[in-house]
Amino acid sequence: MSSFSVTEPSNGQKWFAGILVVLYALITIMPLAWIMMTGFKTPPDSISYPPKVIFEPSLEGYVNLFTTRTRVGQEALDALPPPETWYEEIVRERDMVIAGPSKFGERFLNSVIIGFGSTFLSIVLGTLAAYAFSRFKIPLADDLLFFILSTRMMPPIAVAIPIFLMYRNLGLSDTHLGMILLYTAVNISLAVWLLKGFIDEIPREYEEAALIDGYTRFQAFYKVVLPQAATGIASTAIFCLIFSWNEYAFAVLLTSGTAQTAPPFIPTIIGVGGLDWPAVAAGATIFLLPVMVFTILLRKHLLRGITFGAVRK
Amino acid sequence: MAQIIIKNVRKEFGDFTAVKESSFTIEDGEFFMLLGPSGCGKTTTLRMIAGLELPTSGEIYLDGEEISQKPPSQRDIAFVFQMFALYPHMNVRKNLSYPLVSQGMDRAAVKAKVAEVAQILGIEDILNKPVGGLSGGDRQRVALGRAIVRDPKAFMMDEPLGALDAEFRERMAEELRALHDRMNATTVYVTHDQLEAMQMGDKIVVMNNAVVEQFGTPQEVYDKPATLFVADFIGSPSMNFLRFDGVVEEGATDIKMGEQVVGMPRQMEGARGSLVYGIRPEHIKLTDTGAYRGSVLATEYLGTTQIVTLDTANGEVKARIDSAQPAKVGEAVGLSFDAATVTMFDETTGQALKSELNQEVLARG
Repeated sequence: MSSFSVTEPSNGQKWFAGILVVLYALITIMPLAWIMMTGFKTPPDSISYPPKVIFEPSLEGYVNLFTTRTRVGQEALDALPPPETWYEEIVRERDMVIAGPSKFGERFLNSVIIGFGSTFLSIVLGTLAAYAFSRFKIPLADDLLFFILSTRMMPPIAVAIPIFLMYRNLGLSDTHLGMILLYTAVNISLAVWLLKGFIDEIPREYEEAALIDGYTRFQAFYKVVLPQAATGIASTAIFCLIFSWNEYAFAVLLTSGTAQTAPPFIPTIIGVGGLDWPAVAAGATIFLLPVMVFTILLRKHLLRGITFGAVRK
Repeated sequence: MAQIIIKNVRKEFGDFTAVKESSFTIEDGEFFMLLGPSGCGKTTTLRMIAGLELPTSGEIYLDGEEISQKPPSQRDIAFVFQMFALYPHMNVRKNLSYPLVSQGMDRAAVKAKVAEVAQILGIEDILNKPVGGLSGGDRQRVALGRAIVRDPKAFMMDEPLGALDAEFRERMAEELRALHDRMNATTVYVTHDQLEAMQMGDKIVVMNNAVVEQFGTPQEVYDKPATLFVADFIGSPSMNFLRFDGVVEEGATDIKMGEQVVGMPRQMEGARGSLVYGIRPEHIKLTDTGAYRGSVLATEYLGTTQIVTLDTANGEVKARIDSAQPAKVGEAVGLSFDAATVTMFDETTGQALKSELNQEVLARG
């Protein structure tokens, strides 16, 4: 590379770009880092002023997140046998005993079931629909596609009241199935459009070759088209999962018990024993992890998903 | 191996007619070329034979069996795509074994068959490579291998050399023809390159605007074109068309073209009005004494021959003559036409007029 290259950025430009990226990363990572740090603080540390950046880490937030506790008198406390586990010890120091497990585990599991369930369903339906739109002559295909897209033109929460009433009549309120169906309905338009773009990019000849080689249309679809659409499917899955994982408004409105997801549950921690910020932060941290892991695992696909179509292969 | 009969096949896509009623027969073991400009319906015809498109009407017979509405998997026809369409997520060996696996062949037999085909095509050393990094020629060979591996009744090839470099093209064309001669498989080959068609084909169908213009051997199509389009499309430079108003008498062997009388084969039908006197460049000689005059506009040197462009009373004419013969720009020369090779056309219909030369070919339609 000559030093006068037009397309290659100069060292100064590279440094400038690098500094910008680092600054941006710091700004975005800051709240995340703060939440994660708060999760490991003790309640007094978490509300101290000025805020403590250096502190003694404690697992109290996590213990409080997963348990319910009761305050007992000094005499009763003295009468108890010495604590058997590290988490009992933490609780005792605050003059409390563990009354039982909290509902966080269940709520988290609900989030997993509903989030991944609706993502899976969106992808299955979306891939089939996108394939059909991409490959077959469907009467009014353009109008249908527009109709599918139009369901995203208003914020989903705008239809919250009709959905609330419908769900009550249908018995879908506070059920896993209800939430999976709801999130699928919201995600499917995105899934169809994204996946159609990806499938359009796969030359038809591959399937035709498979048809000629003696496979049926459906075999050609899952043996030849699906493997090549993997990138698109992965990035679409991330988008769908992020939405249904993070969704708060519908979850507050439609779930309260059996099917309540983590987002509406985490704020309820506040108020049980005062402002227990470490427990809330711990809940948020744990809640973040699956999406983070999922996104990191599929990040190459995600990048390609965002930029696809920009460059001709 | 098989004979393929196309009978009154028609294909419409909505309002657009891709192929109008077309009929021709592909004999067992023939290397059959579908030739025409892009958009003429040749690829659609090929895809209908393979089953990738279903004809709107008409019949297709493969070995006497009507197959026009059957799915491709039940036709036992192989297809080589222009962009090869090798399965990108599989290596070469898997690509080759894929058609056999679909038939439920057992592993050992698949392995033996793939090895045999790889040996025929000389691709044994790349069997375990992914198809992504292969050169154009190797991709082409793998695509051919995938086609021949299951011994189909016939091969369909859609411009298989179109994606290759010019230098590689010729070598693959030879390899392809050698492979065909060795396997004696009925092959239908789509191309827009008339040289490729002439060079490789046993028979050629020339299509234009969804219609079969002519169907015959390369010699027939070249020497006895049935329409103005065929005469123009085949040959480089193409046939000269000397346009004039006149009358062709049945049985005549010459015709008055403007002031001059020129020769032609004995005509079997009469015509009047706008006529075209069609003659190939190599059938024109430059003589000082010729009565039909023209002046040299340009010369193109091609080694052993040269193409001389002349300005005449009936428009520009190109002659292919020996390069040793002098021809200077601006010089006035006489032209003499080899009368026996001439084809007369009726310009309004675009059809060739029947003569002693072409009556047999035209009678076949």
